[in-house]
Amino acid sequence: MRRIERRHAPSAEADSRALYEALGAEAAAERAQHCSVPKEGGWRPGARWARSDLAGSGLADTREEVEAAIGTMPHHQRPPQRELGRTSVAANNPFRKGLSRPPEERVAPPSPLRELSRRTEAAEPLFRPGTRGWMGEDLQSAIDALPAHQRPRSGELSRKSEVIDHPFRPMPSDEVKPSLAQRAALPPLQFPGEDAPAKAKRGAALRGEAKRDRYRNDAPPAPLSLARAAALPPVHGPGEDVLVRRAMKSPRRSARDGHGGEAGYIAPPSLAQLAAMPAVQFPGEGPHPDNHGKSAPTAPTYGQGRFFQTGRTLGSVVGRVCRDEGMPAEPLYVPPEEPPLVTARKTGSRVEVAAVNPAARALGLTPGIALTMARAQVPGLEVRDADPEGDAADLRRLAELLARRWAPCVAISDADGLFIDLTGVAHLHGGEARFARRLLRLLARRGVTARIAVADSAGAAWALARYGANGPVTLAQPGAQREAVSLLPVAALRLDGAALELLARLGVDRVGQLLAMPRAPLVRRFGQAIALRLDQALDDAPEPLDPVIPPAAIVVEQRFAEPIASPEAIEHWLGELMPRLCRALAEAGQGARAVELVAARVDGVPQRLHLGFARPTRNAAHLLRLALRRIEEIEPGYGIDAMALRVRRADPLAPESLAPALADETAPDLAPLVDTLANRIGMARLWRFAPVESDVPERSQTQVPALDPPAPQVPAMKPDDVRRLDAREPDHPWHPRWPRPARLLRRPEQIDHVIAELPDQPPRRFTWRGKSHRIVRAEGPERIAGEWWRRTAERLAVRDYFRVEDEAGDRFWLYRRGDGLRSETGDLRWFMHAR
Amino acid sequence: MSLPVPSIAELRETLRTLDGGGSREHPVLPFGLDLLDGRLADGGIRLDALHEMVGQGAGWGDDAAAVLFIAGIVARTTGPVLWAVRSRDLFAPGLYQAGLDPSRVLYAEARDDAELLAVMEDGLRHRGLAAVIGEAKRVAMASTRRLQLAAEGGRTVALLLKRPARDGDDPFTVPSAAVTRWRVASAPSLPVPWDGLGPACWRLQCIRQRGGDPFELNVEAPDEAGRLALPARLVDRPVAADRAPARAVG
Repeated sequence: MRRIERRHAPSAEADSRALYEALGAEAAAERAQHCSVPKEGGWRPGARWARSDLAGSGLADTREEVEAAIGTMPHHQRPPQRELGRTSVAANNPFRKGLSRPPEERVAPPSPLRELSRRTEAAEPLFRPGTRGWMGEDLQSAIDALPAHQRPRSGELSRKSEVIDHPFRPMPSDEVKPSLAQRAALPPLQFPGEDAPAKAKRGAALRGEAKRDRYRNDAPPAPLSLARAAALPPVHGPGEDVLVRRAMKSPRRSARDGHGGEAGYIAPPSLAQLAAMPAVQFPGEGPHPDNHGKSAPTAPTYGQGRFFQTGRTLGSVVGRVCRDEGMPAEPLYVPPEEPPLVTARKTGSRVEVAAVNPAARALGLTPGIALTMARAQVPGLEVRDADPEGDAADLRRLAELLARRWAPCVAISDADGLFIDLTGVAHLHGGEARFARRLLRLLARRGVTARIAVADSAGAAWALARYGANGPVTLAQPGAQREAVSLLPVAALRLDGAALELLARLGVDRVGQLLAMPRAPLVRRFGQAIALRLDQALDDAPEPLDPVIPPAAIVVEQRFAEPIASPEAIEHWLGELMPRLCRALAEAGQGARAVELVAARVDGVPQRLHLGFARPTRNAAHLLRLALRRIEEIEPGYGIDAMALRVRRADPLAPESLAPALADETAPDLAPLVDTLANRIGMARLWRFAPVESDVPERSQTQVPALDPPAPQVPAMKPDDVRRLDAREPDHPWHPRWPRPARLLRRPEQIDHVIAELPDQPPRRFTWRGKSHRIVRAEGPERIAGEWWRRTAERLAVRDYFRVEDEAGDRFWLYRRGDGLRSETGDLRWFMHAR
Repeated sequence: MSLPVPSIAELRETLRTLDGGGSREHPVLPFGLDLLDGRLADGGIRLDALHEMVGQGAGWGDDAAAVLFIAGIVARTTGPVLWAVRSRDLFAPGLYQAGLDPSRVLYAEARDDAELLAVMEDGLRHRGLAAVIGEAKRVAMASTRRLQLAAEGGRTVALLLKRPARDGDDPFTVPSAAVTRWRVASAPSLPVPWDGLGPACWRLQCIRQRGGDPFELNVEAPDEAGRLALPARLVDRPVAADRAPARAVG
């Protein structure tokens, strides 16, 4: 064999030379074609190879044309097999994510854990066992035509064909006995993934094996006959149908399999096992229904382990069994989708639960327990900070709303309650019961759960609302509050904690017991308060309410007998209205922040003019000046019938001193100036500069709003604070030791033809904006390093700044990127930063 | 019918009000340099008037010198300052090093020259500021007259910085009602014995002033308190032009 090959050696050379020339001709032809195919030769709309005429008009229609076109292409550009059947698809978006990040951030995202154990599939089997095997450039071109992730490794290229028994072949014992003909129809060899792929397609469980697709080699199995259906076991659980069970009969070994069964199907503990497990357990105690009858949960990876989180805890089970008096009689309705939520507040050194929502209450949490205990009981608890000021403000707003429309006298009783005086009002709402129901609906629309009690006295109503046993609405009969209140616990009277504790120790539980006792020893023991509270509850002592007064808007209005249209008339009346408005503001003790002028026109289209002020003001001259400046925006049309000035927003303003000049020279008030400027150019264009502790010049100043809000209270340092040791004032960030220019270029401009000695000599000459400058004197370098804590890209960047002066006396502030010694600090380009 | 002939006293009164004559006391901020104050009609910068500054050439450097000149003047006044700009390219550390504290300055950005002049006028009419500065490109005579009228009667000095126009013609060809008009140009600074730069030198030209003659003077850039100085004459050795340029070692 070898001898024959040697004799053919020269012809092999000639062949290779011919091949080489052919390759060169191909390359030349291809260059002539202006090949625009990407490396994979994929299809995209308008691909040249698919067109019948390469001059470029019309797409190739028929398969033969396509194949002829492919045949003319060089090997490395031919599209792979799977591209051939592809319909046109849009090209990749060139601006897709992931291309524009800086290089240090281009890290692949972590692949989810499930993907790591998944097998990748070859789209097309590269190597069919039994084939001759490919050699030479056929193999190489075929490999190059594959996408990168599918190319075989070098170790596989020389593999010989083997026959492997594929693991997905169904067990012959489970199948319906195939006839001889069917068995003969089975191909002798099968390849991994061909019969049942590792990944089931969508709906595989429902489809069963009825549909034949290219992954299957068998004929579809025989349909389910009655005899076979009868032989199947009955349905176990919900959602299991016959087909799924049929699929589960054959022991498929999948990667997610733990113990020979299909993943996800786990036998629940039998009845005997359930009976053997106690309901209440401590950790480490024994088998638990949540652990499928085992003592501890097994590893969750292969489908075993905790199947549901029941949320059953010791506290909740105990609470369900032993119901104490504070809890409501029937469990509250828990909407299923609401997670348990509590708010927490800090009292002293303890963080405790302030309020719980019904879902958390159902799990056994109550207000007052420690937050850590609540978290230990319910692992997935949502905690928010309690906001007592916000709650108080909301309550006040609710009180104002009710006082406007529902009842004239509404008072705030405590942190979460209101007193509403229904004297003479209940009939307007159709009765007390109806009033209570409508109020409940209103509050429910706002998301507030409420309990309402109506009684003769405020004390009794308070008690019934909080400690009454029936439903959200309690109506006490007009004279029967003694009986109603007697049954309530002692905490229903608003006593302090010491008194309640003493009463509990004495064994007094109910208000009725208190009422039966003689008064004098009670007063001697507990003080006057208890008697007062008892009388208030029984309506024997008065309890005046402190009503909430809803704020009235400040409006001044002027109607005209005849419509006015001339600017002088409008000015005149504005001049009349403004002092009236300011007098009204002064009476209310407020200053206006936003005022609206509404001019009602004859044809009904009102003209509105909004004025805003940075600080509350009731200076009529200032308001008038600002309004007159914008008077051209009002279009009178056919005439203005009425003019009204409304205060849209007001803040409390203390009375101002009449003669500020009598006092010493105070700083002039800039608020009117800021108002004037803001009404002309807007608040966004007014700013001050503030120093920033940063060496980078562009960052050493920041813009702050013109009128600073009051600075937050900085807590004073304790006498033994260690910071007191540093008595020296820190340097101002703009200390004149580091000279800075007055105007900065928006972006540093590169300068050319710079002659400078490295590493620390200033330039001798440079060219900027076309003009060449020769440096006479210079100072520097001032090294400013990048701030690595802000951006990682600046970690190594360094700028060397020089102040230079040229022959004419012009001064420049320029810098060089890089320190001249290490190349990663900069590329040694020179920039002009300022003059 | 002939028009009534005004008397001489009335005419003098009219002239005085037009001229702002010397009998009235104006608040003045002196520079502190005798050479400079002596040549100014008011003995310094009049605080209730409009003054115009411009850099020498169309370039950037003299414009920065004019900014520092203004900053030096304003630094020596007391009170809040309004600076109206067209673009946000001021560098506050540079102004701080000329003596102007950033907490004093309120910046306002206007879209065009008309709005900028209106903003300046608002600041002048407030009567509580120490200075109002504006950077405009083209200002007509009538607008400068308005600014001057708004400034009179208060203690707010109005400083108008004329930015160089793109075509490069002299901004001072347009007449203006400003009390003084200045032109600032960079001059070569004096060498210092150490390796470094001394204070910058300027050629300050008072092109026109009301009630006085134009003059020019070489001054040094303002120091940290905003004071100008005269460049010290070197007694020992004059600057030699053929010498190797002084270098700085960082």
